[in-house]
Amino acid sequence: MQHSREFLLDCYQSMVTIRVFEERVHEEFATGKIPGFVHLYAGEEASAVGICSQLDERDAIASTHRGHGHCIAKGCDVHAMMKEIYGKRGGSCGGKGGSMHIADLAKGMLGANGIVGGGPPLICGAALTAKYLKTGGVAVAFVGDGGSNQGTTLESYNLANVWKLPVVFVVEDNGYAEATASAWSVAGSQLGRAAGFGMPGTLVDGFDFFAVYEAARTAIERARAGEGPSLLHIKLSRFFGHFEGDAMSYRADGEIQRYRNEHDALKIFRRKVTEAHLLDDFTLDAVEAGVVRNINEAVAGAEADQMPTEADLLTDVYVRY
Amino acid sequence: MPKKTYRQAINEAIASEMRRDHRVIVLGEDNAGGKGAPGEPDAWGGVLGVTKGLLPEFGEDRVLDTPISESAFIGAAVGAAATGLRPVAELMFVDFMGVCFDQIFNQAAKFRYMFGGKAVTPVVIRTMYGGGFRAASQHSQCLYPLFTHIPGLKVVVPSSPYEAKGLMIQAIRDDDPVIFFEHKVLYDVEEDVPDEAYTIPFGEANVTREGRDVTIVAFGRMVGFANTAADELKRDGISVTVIDPRTTSPLDSETILDSVSETGRLVVVDEAHPRCSMAADIARLVAEEAFHDLKAPIRTITAPHTPVPFSPALEDIYIPSVAKIKAAVQALAAKVPA
Repeated sequence: MQHSREFLLDCYQSMVTIRVFEERVHEEFATGKIPGFVHLYAGEEASAVGICSQLDERDAIASTHRGHGHCIAKGCDVHAMMKEIYGKRGGSCGGKGGSMHIADLAKGMLGANGIVGGGPPLICGAALTAKYLKTGGVAVAFVGDGGSNQGTTLESYNLANVWKLPVVFVVEDNGYAEATASAWSVAGSQLGRAAGFGMPGTLVDGFDFFAVYEAARTAIERARAGEGPSLLHIKLSRFFGHFEGDAMSYRADGEIQRYRNEHDALKIFRRKVTEAHLLDDFTLDAVEAGVVRNINEAVAGAEADQMPTEADLLTDVYVRY
Repeated sequence: MPKKTYRQAINEAIASEMRRDHRVIVLGEDNAGGKGAPGEPDAWGGVLGVTKGLLPEFGEDRVLDTPISESAFIGAAVGAAATGLRPVAELMFVDFMGVCFDQIFNQAAKFRYMFGGKAVTPVVIRTMYGGGFRAASQHSQCLYPLFTHIPGLKVVVPSSPYEAKGLMIQAIRDDDPVIFFEHKVLYDVEEDVPDEAYTIPFGEANVTREGRDVTIVAFGRMVGFANTAADELKRDGISVTVIDPRTTSPLDSETILDSVSETGRLVVVDEAHPRCSMAADIARLVAEEAFHDLKAPIRTITAPHTPVPFSPALEDIYIPSVAKIKAAVQALAAKVPA
């Protein structure tokens, strides 16, 4: 499929934003400025952007504990996200959610989720809303290889197929559920599971934006046409640990460096678009420089922002008390 | 005014809200019944017939039968609510919360707070509770205290047909997640219920009997037991106030504290287990806020700390009884301060 220059630039900017955002959170976490649990998405950018770049505000996604990339790809404000991760009042959720609960419902981002497998049932509901109100919207549930083993996920495969919902299930298989290999923990196969529920399943090279884009296009078109759900099994890798502070002793020596050298989604994208003369290095460098400036501003803004106050503790439990 | 059962009252409330607002949909296991089967559609209307007749009137787009898959469809109801519908989902027996509680207490209950006040999740989860059907340990529990414990949920425990209709309409119009507890033994109880729609606000207790000597706070089916006890005690010269809080979350503390300040004696009647229960919660409230009003120790009448037994001989002594309530009140009323 032919992509416009503007579209490719937008997608590159999104992927670079995720990468720089996560690399920076990694650095700042190490200084002790960021409280709590943080799970970074660096290395998996082509998946979030290859899929979310085809969605609009009618469409909903549900994310995982590793949610920053999905949030950025679905259009969440990066400055508000950074403030949220710092626990500040100006954050996406007023500092009440944190890294694992960033959401923007107006943009169809139904939240990162601290519960592995929490999202797929919710996405069936978002798809039911789209189908019932005839919005033309589709709903995308991201889970990891760990989440693919949850009953909620498998039940959602069943329900989405029984109700013929406009859903795309995306299994982002980065090889590890926390510290346990997906090669060991997943019985059968993701595609075998899709087939078992009677839906198409596609194995996708998650380092290649264009491969993700094409597989997702087919699944999204199928959902929009009212033909029901599909599953994408996206193989990729995370460049950091399960969470920040993970020493990753379960990974092979040199594994991450090898992924960074040979399977970096950003480098692969750059090579493909420059070799095809769709974009040049100069333009891509300028995008990167712009992103770095933006993330610097996001961090400065987060550091300068106020903490929530005691008065904020008791609000927002209910719509009406 | 026409007499209607608790079952009819709930059905009427849902139907009238479905006519009023096209975003209201119903989903659950066999809510119509017979889906995909060779026999008649709307075969059951729910396992005890509460949603009977909704399918013929509102059609399959709005009355959805589900696989036996509570995590998926309760979660779908939550996701649909967060994206613009107003689902009324049925968790057939509250005992089944064990397979889907995450979607209720980690997802629905917390969206608004976690997302900084930007989420609205107007889902109603209807569920059956309570003993008396010889349904044994996994189909008889009174688990409303577990839901009451969770900030972000509203918990409704209607005690009669009139109450059930007004509280259900309120629940469907409410913008927060509501867990609506229907006592299975009350389904065939009848009383006068208006045909027109009306709401009963949450967090406003109903005083069903007014008296001077002892305050009883009771929940759900136990309100009727408490009323009977109060009427019988009146003949013995003991004057009892009975308070039906209607909702355990929010809880109308004021009505309870005001009454205890007048009577100085409190009995809480709760069909749930005694530990971390509504009985314990209200005893805590009164001990903290009204200690100096008390003329006697607080008494609680609850089920014992055991699973619900099957044998009728055991279940009958498991469930709090009018006799136990009366005995507790009589013992308290006898404690006249010097």
